[in-house]
Amino acid sequence: MSPSARLPAQSFNFAYLDEQTKKMIRRAILKAVAIPGHQVPFASREMPLPYGWGTGGIQVTAAILGKDDVLKVIDQGADDTTNAVNIRRLFAKTAGVRTTTRTAEATVIQTRHRIPELPLKDGQILVFQVPIPEPLRWLEPKEAETLKLHALEDYGLMHVHLYEDIATHGRIARSYDYPILVHDRYLSSPSPIPKFDNPKLDRSPALLLFGAGREKRIYAIPPYTRVKSLDFDDHPFSVQRWDRACALCGARDSFLDEVVTDDRGNRMFVCSDSDYCESRRGTTAPEAADD
Amino acid sequence: MTEPLLRVRGLDKNFGRVAACRAVSLDLWPGEVLGIVGESGSGKTTLLRCLSGELEPSAGTIEFRAAEGPFEDVYRMGEARRRFLMRTQWGIVHQNPRDGLRMRVSAGGNVGERLMAAGERHYGRIRAEAVAWLDRVELDPARIDDLPALFSGGMQQRLQIARILVSRPRIVYLDEPTGGLDVSIQARLLDLLRRLVRDLALAVVIVTHDLGVARLLTDRLMVMRRGEVVEEGLTDQVLDDPHHAYSQLLVSSVIGA
Repeated sequence: MSPSARLPAQSFNFAYLDEQTKKMIRRAILKAVAIPGHQVPFASREMPLPYGWGTGGIQVTAAILGKDDVLKVIDQGADDTTNAVNIRRLFAKTAGVRTTTRTAEATVIQTRHRIPELPLKDGQILVFQVPIPEPLRWLEPKEAETLKLHALEDYGLMHVHLYEDIATHGRIARSYDYPILVHDRYLSSPSPIPKFDNPKLDRSPALLLFGAGREKRIYAIPPYTRVKSLDFDDHPFSVQRWDRACALCGARDSFLDEVVTDDRGNRMFVCSDSDYCESRRGTTAPEAADD
Repeated sequence: MTEPLLRVRGLDKNFGRVAACRAVSLDLWPGEVLGIVGESGSGKTTLLRCLSGELEPSAGTIEFRAAEGPFEDVYRMGEARRRFLMRTQWGIVHQNPRDGLRMRVSAGGNVGERLMAAGERHYGRIRAEAVAWLDRVELDPARIDDLPALFSGGMQQRLQIARILVSRPRIVYLDEPTGGLDVSIQARLLDLLRRLVRDLALAVVIVTHDLGVARLLTDRLMVMRRGEVVEEGLTDQVLDDPHHAYSQLLVSSVIGA
């Protein structure tokens, strides 16, 4: 890599967004951290990618990124998917920050639909891309009413939804975007992460920030905050289990993706977290392919 | 009983220039069934919605007394308190079941909603309660997982009633509970209501334009016309010896009431 590739592109402000916008977003983030789980509205900007591809996440990342940060971007756990590669490139170009695929090395990790398998540490920040920040949205279409339900801590409706799941399927069948109660107060959406990742939210040493670009909301779970997944006393919360190990690295403790390998019904189960899988196998990701 | 459950004084409700209710005052006593009759547009349903906490009146006070507590003004208490009372102390059975039920939630979920709102977090207990209440309102407990849309009109009405009674309320507001039902179903629903009212010592306010229903169910009757209460008294008294010209017209226009 030539030295010039590390320099930010001259036509952009540091980390793409202008300073006023970043200031506005930081204010929203500070408020969100002060009220764990509460959705703070912010003036979401148009970003150079479509809504639903992580516009909220990259605005949060742009606002918190510093020159010394090391950025990792994952999409469904993988570092090498189109979305992850492009967002990582955007910040490598406009902020000149160092990027990595190693969870342990990163200071800021932007993620879509997963939390890395490697436990996060103090000082790391995980930025989630959120499509629908309001956990009650499909149960109560009126925004004014959901605001009121949050204000009055009136969350019986979500349990009606879980009751229906048990009545229909015999168990709580919801497997992703599983509703959580943050700091025993606000009902929140963990973004569409599998419920397998929900226990990692509880008392996480890392700061967890959630950005929803289209819905213009930011919320946060500060480090070491209690996060409870909703359930019934006689139908407790549980996570997915697999009766096999990762076909590549042999891990039995990670979230597995089913990969179809041919058109004759063969398939394999592999870790969805590509960095975790590679580090277990002792190989290194071909990082140079990025730039 | 020395004090009423509900005390209403000088209630006005205006919609723009239309006065839907004018200077309505009433007391509701524990275990009493109060009927409100009158023609279409006389303000019956508006009055009921004001009483049940759904619609803030333009003037006047509505005070509710929780068990052994003081009187509290329904619209001056905090919203959290009002919502709490609305889903524990009273409930409204809507004329159209679609307004009172969650149509995308099964019968069991509908009945269990108030329990879950009150903090019940045991699926087995919620389900057992739902079964018991479905049975009590003469719905087949085997249909607990059916959606309300699969129920007939009369069954939907009974489901609405079960959904409210599950929280052991002290007041039930009924808005035309027999409207749109055929005569035999009406009779069964009335039987059921009468039994529940006596068994659970409920106070009931029932809005109807069917004087037969009023005669069968209610202890006391209020006749409304153009937003005002024109006559009030014991049901038999009002129906057998109406004083106001409009009440006389109303009674005389019904065959065999």
